[in-house]
Amino acid sequence: MDLSIDLLGNALVSGLLLGGFYAAVTIGVSISFGMLDIVNIAHPAFIILGSYTAYIANSAFGFDPILSSIVLLPAFYLLGVAIYFVYDVSFERRGDASIRGLAFFFGLLFITEVTLVLVFGVDYRLVDAPYVGLSFHFGVIDLPLRLLVPFLVSLALIGTLQLFMSYTFIGRAIQAVAQDPMALRLMGADPSRIKRIAFGISIASASIAGAILIIIQPVEPSIARDYIGRIFAICVMGGLGSFAGTVVAAMILGIMESLTSTFYGPSWSPAVAFGFLLITLAVRPAGLFGRR
Amino acid sequence: MRNLRFVLLGLMVAGATFAVARLIDNAYVFFAGYVVLQYVVLATSWNILGGYTGYVNFGTAAFFALGAYTTVVLHKTVPLLPLPAMMVVGGLISGTVGLGMGYLTLRLRGTFFSIATLAMAVVAQTLITNWNFVGGSRGAYIIRPANSPLFAGDYIEYLFVVMLVLAVISVSISRAIQHSRLGYGFSAIRDDEQAAEASGVPTLRLKLIATALSGGLMGMAGAPLPYYVTYLDPASGFSLSYAVNTIAMPLIGGTATWLGPVIGAILLGTLQQVATVTISSALSLLLVGLLLVGFVIAAPKGIVGWFKR
Amino acid sequence: MSDILLSVAGLGKRFGGFVALSDFDLHVKQGDRLGLIGPNGSGKSTLVNCLCGTLRNDTGQVTFSGQKLDGLSAHQRTRRGLSRSFQLPRPFPTLTLADNVRVPILYAADIKPDRFRANPRQRCEELLDMVGLLPKANRLPTDLTQIEMRKLELARAMASEPRLLIADEAMAGLSHQEVDDILALLMKLNAQGVTIIMIEHIMRAVLAFSQRLVVLVAGRKIADGNPTDVIRQPDVVAAYLGS
Repeated sequence: MDLSIDLLGNALVSGLLLGGFYAAVTIGVSISFGMLDIVNIAHPAFIILGSYTAYIANSAFGFDPILSSIVLLPAFYLLGVAIYFVYDVSFERRGDASIRGLAFFFGLLFITEVTLVLVFGVDYRLVDAPYVGLSFHFGVIDLPLRLLVPFLVSLALIGTLQLFMSYTFIGRAIQAVAQDPMALRLMGADPSRIKRIAFGISIASASIAGAILIIIQPVEPSIARDYIGRIFAICVMGGLGSFAGTVVAAMILGIMESLTSTFYGPSWSPAVAFGFLLITLAVRPAGLFGRR
Repeated sequence: MRNLRFVLLGLMVAGATFAVARLIDNAYVFFAGYVVLQYVVLATSWNILGGYTGYVNFGTAAFFALGAYTTVVLHKTVPLLPLPAMMVVGGLISGTVGLGMGYLTLRLRGTFFSIATLAMAVVAQTLITNWNFVGGSRGAYIIRPANSPLFAGDYIEYLFVVMLVLAVISVSISRAIQHSRLGYGFSAIRDDEQAAEASGVPTLRLKLIATALSGGLMGMAGAPLPYYVTYLDPASGFSLSYAVNTIAMPLIGGTATWLGPVIGAILLGTLQQVATVTISSALSLLLVGLLLVGFVIAAPKGIVGWFKR
Repeated sequence: MSDILLSVAGLGKRFGGFVALSDFDLHVKQGDRLGLIGPNGSGKSTLVNCLCGTLRNDTGQVTFSGQKLDGLSAHQRTRRGLSRSFQLPRPFPTLTLADNVRVPILYAADIKPDRFRANPRQRCEELLDMVGLLPKANRLPTDLTQIEMRKLELARAMASEPRLLIADEAMAGLSHQEVDDILALLMKLNAQGVTIIMIEHIMRAVLAFSQRLVVLVAGRKIADGNPTDVIRQPDVVAAYLGS
């Protein structure tokens, strides 16, 4: 009896922390899919890219992965802007967005993964930071820092983005561009430029998400695919474009995965996210917090 | 009657192909040829739902692997069942799964359907990985018979012929649909689903037909795989390269007709076989990805569309 | 009673807190030419969408040809003879004009086997000829002018041989002559026995066409009757002068 409450408690806590991290992983897609209606299924690949850039900064230069990911934000932002430019010119303007846009991002996902394999091989990579091995203990509950630090960074990231969205002109323009591009034009803002900035921000968030990912677990190129399901499951469950919804849905998923993993074994956890996604799509596509 | 003539023509071409392959008398031709033919089937069946109807399926691997694993199960339970029968069972199971998944998700926007197909692929892979009867993550060994049960020759030649016939069947079906009432309905759905509804097209029903047919053919393409590879594990059965290739081939060849996927499969399939042997398999996959992105950006109508100009 | 084709009772639809349509009643007899007018945002599009099955109404009942339409999808309603043309033309962009009208012919054929199964191509040509687009039968919709697109839209709506056609702002943005063209076309269709509901802003066309006029303002019907009487009603005048 004692043992299983212990186990349950730890599963819940690590699930919650994991969920917070999942929110950071998803927030970029919350912007690109939720607000810009761009199905960027390649987002996990950019996160893994973020993991590898953090890895290089850490193993070659000894820098802290999180700090280096912040330094690299502009680079990822520019990458996002470049990708949006190609997407916009090739698909959005032609009105051909659906099949070809999806194929485009799928191609990017694939190219990124294969290139990473060619450059880094399939070995697992990890980072070395002072907090990776430590743990706090509260009675029977363990709080490993390798989960706690990413959790806090994640909340900080999302909090910052939310403030940006609500209190800056560009942020509010981004929220508006999804709902009413005409009104945006009347306000003197160019929707194309706003979308470009938003997509850039979306990819920039992958830098940070990638850094905290490699703190939580060792990384190799193919794990990007495990995250596609989680990301879209959270997005759909949380309601497209709602940051609060994303955080709540992410935590629910984190807890469900953690419980499944603890009591049924880790080999079942990939199915949890996807199973959730299928059920949500079938039953309530607008998600928990969504409009319509 | 034009359809029947096409099937006969196709079988004649198939027969000629097989005769040439026998003449070359190198087992590698059969091994490589099998893979190319397999992709002809996969690309053609993907295109029925993707190119004709406009719904992108990322979960090719799931339907394909379901067919393969059905064979594993049948091989362990009724080993004397002839391969074509196993293929039919595999096709029926994949088709039914496609139908079920379609029923859950096809009432939503196309993008949600596509995401759901990705989801389904992972769920299927997880289920198989946890199923010990088929070997789970450790995989399953299938003994390939030495001789062809149908004519004098190795078993690999038999697999080649089986896939050749399946290719003719799937291409014939694709072509028949293209010129039929069903084809018009699919095109209308792809072009403007709401307008199609207003024009009397039963969109949900047609989408379900496309999904079931597409999934079923993919399952049939996967059914002989265990005999081809002799060792099947979830990682290779559900490999993402199936999904990428199956999407790249029609997009590069041209999605509007039955011919595009065939051209794309033959070109890209052969290219990859050559690249795998000369450079490396990872690089050849990279090439596929680059070609996919390149064509999607620069040549949206594919090779067939380029020639029509 | 027996020649009432469309009967709408208490139709209502809301979007969240916004009431788009409320308590709408209407009876349309076979062969009628009904005009429906109202300021922008008055609920006309919502009404059409609810009648045709694109949107599900919250309250009320729609009966067509004696049959309740509840729960029937858009394509089922089209097959029963209730057809619409879209306000902004939505031709199938990758299909030729001939194929554009072929789709409804093929799919309405379920219900009306004889005429259509025999020769769909002939029927395609008849329809395109009726709207004057036969010379462009093998072209794509991108090659069409504004008015040609509207005509294609009407041809497509007519392809299923409907008993009731809702022409949703088919004349918007057209020149004086072009408006007359469309008007003549609709009158011809009506003479052939098609009941028509014309939704329009161009008053001279509405008055020339309608035997009866219905006015919709803020989701409610405020007038229903003889056109010359209706346009003199003070609340109708106010709604139009005010907006």
